[in-house]
Amino acid sequence: MKPTFLDFEQPIAELENKIEELRFVQDDSVLDISEEISRLQKKSQELTKTLYSKLTPSQIAIVARHPQRPYTLDYVDGLFTDFQEMRGDRSFADDPAIVGGLARFNGQPVMVIGHQKGRDTKEKIARNFGMPRPEGYRKALRLMRTAEKFGLPVMTFVDTPGAYPGIGAEERGQSEAIGRNLYEMARLKVPVIVTVIGEGGSGGALAIAVGDYVNMLQYSTYSVISPEGCASILWKTAERAGDAAEALGITAPRLKSLGLIDRVVNEPLGGAHRDHAAMMTALKRVLQEQLKEAGSRGLDELLKTRFDRLMSYGRFKEDAA
Amino acid sequence: MSWLNKLLPPKIKRDPRTSKASAVPEGLWSKCPACEAVLYHTDLQANLQVCPKCDHHHSLNARERLDMLLDAEGRREIGAEVKPIDILKFKDSKKYPDRLVAAAESTGEDDALVVMQGSIHNMPAVVAAFEFRFIGGSMGSVVGERFVRGVQAAVEARAPFICVAASGGARMQEGLNSLMQMAKTSAALQLLSDYQLPFISILTDPTMGGVSASFAFLGDVVIGEPGALIGFAGPRVIEQTVRETLPEGFQRSEFLIEKGALDMIVDRRELKLRVATLVALLMKEAQPVSA
Repeated sequence: MKPTFLDFEQPIAELENKIEELRFVQDDSVLDISEEISRLQKKSQELTKTLYSKLTPSQIAIVARHPQRPYTLDYVDGLFTDFQEMRGDRSFADDPAIVGGLARFNGQPVMVIGHQKGRDTKEKIARNFGMPRPEGYRKALRLMRTAEKFGLPVMTFVDTPGAYPGIGAEERGQSEAIGRNLYEMARLKVPVIVTVIGEGGSGGALAIAVGDYVNMLQYSTYSVISPEGCASILWKTAERAGDAAEALGITAPRLKSLGLIDRVVNEPLGGAHRDHAAMMTALKRVLQEQLKEAGSRGLDELLKTRFDRLMSYGRFKEDAA
Repeated sequence: MSWLNKLLPPKIKRDPRTSKASAVPEGLWSKCPACEAVLYHTDLQANLQVCPKCDHHHSLNARERLDMLLDAEGRREIGAEVKPIDILKFKDSKKYPDRLVAAAESTGEDDALVVMQGSIHNMPAVVAAFEFRFIGGSMGSVVGERFVRGVQAAVEARAPFICVAASGGARMQEGLNSLMQMAKTSAALQLLSDYQLPFISILTDPTMGGVSASFAFLGDVVIGEPGALIGFAGPRVIEQTVRETLPEGFQRSEFLIEKGALDMIVDRRELKLRVATLVALLMKEAQPVSA
């Protein structure tokens, strides 16, 4: 797969093009230019390193939406075996913007649930760009209940611009579906491990993101409102999205320092989309560790810790009464 | 400024502060935005801010709401000691602390939720009311914490918890912390369930976004006020997304009850007694007598 370069990656793109050209010439060249190629490759890597070491929040927001970034089903392929997709909310429809089902993680049966975006135009539309409708959240809850009944840990993968703002979604109770999940997940009697893999878009993300461990990939984002939405409300123009991204504090390291997530999972050089396999290996190590720890903690302690953490969210000052 | 004002030469322009019209006390008369009837302020107040001509429900601020629901005696405010801070050093066109100060000055409140313990027709209860005029009734850390303290007080007193929502959603200026208030407030309701205590959720105009998509629809009974706008996404956002004109009355209480989202729509003038009646039924107590 030929990589797609983002705007701010143009210097890398130029180098990579040059390397590609040289490779092409090399085949019928009498001169040995392989040394030149490897020199350029090294340069390209270093350039990537420098660029990625100082990404701004709005650039990270773009990487989080990279069209070649691994999506939930890529993680299902890479991290799980025996995946059995389970569809439908049993009352209205199946929402392809959320996928889920039974699978094995290192041989252990678990329930996997995640937002799913599409790769090509057709799939993007079918999956509604990863924006779930109420039936998506209700399917997720149904699968969580099944997991609870059989004592299977739940692993969720978060990647959505947000819950879908549509007429049908409102008519069928988008608000209720999200709120219900928040309520039920707070006390779900199995371990829940959450990983934000791309975009953590507001309530639509949170509705499958209440758990015992909350991880974020290095270049994923998690936000109360999209930078564009925030800018258009507070600055009256979506063009100030960069400022909004900065102000909202949407990046993994920032949220870790605010104590709102547990762990930042480092991505391969240049982002997860550059090397899916390396990303899988890195995330697998973390999930393995957390699953083991959750298993050793005992359900009562797990639930108490989860609930106490939910109650601890928020910062305020308290005046002496 | 209207076009007429712009046309007038400066000398004729009225300064509202010096104009003779201000000799009439402000707010003596007001116009109903729904039926345009001119209403005498005292009449409107006596009618709980419901238009006597067309039954349009005007907005109430948080303390008016509490006054209307709670008995006059034996009230105690909960969570007033919890005050907002600027976690992110958030600044858009205005700094967040400046917004907080401005909102406090115009409303007399220090955040968007007021919680009180007291009684409704002599039955103990904890009631939380949103102050919409405070940054759009947005839910940040203080709203979340006061809500939870209200729930805890209800549990201690083995009393029902009643929340009157009026909010545009999450408080953007607190970033992800405000999103987490959705999880926090929804989870807290588990405590009420543990003791079989009712949660009555009253949705008023407007109840949107993060407030709508958290505790609002988790009530054992969910009540809408007539004509209230209630929904996840705002009508403008939906219109831009689907590029269609929205159906008549979309996201209003009357629309929601048709779709099965609400248990009932209750006229504000009957609300107190209806809430008391519901609580008494759920808690297996005698029907309260209206005071």
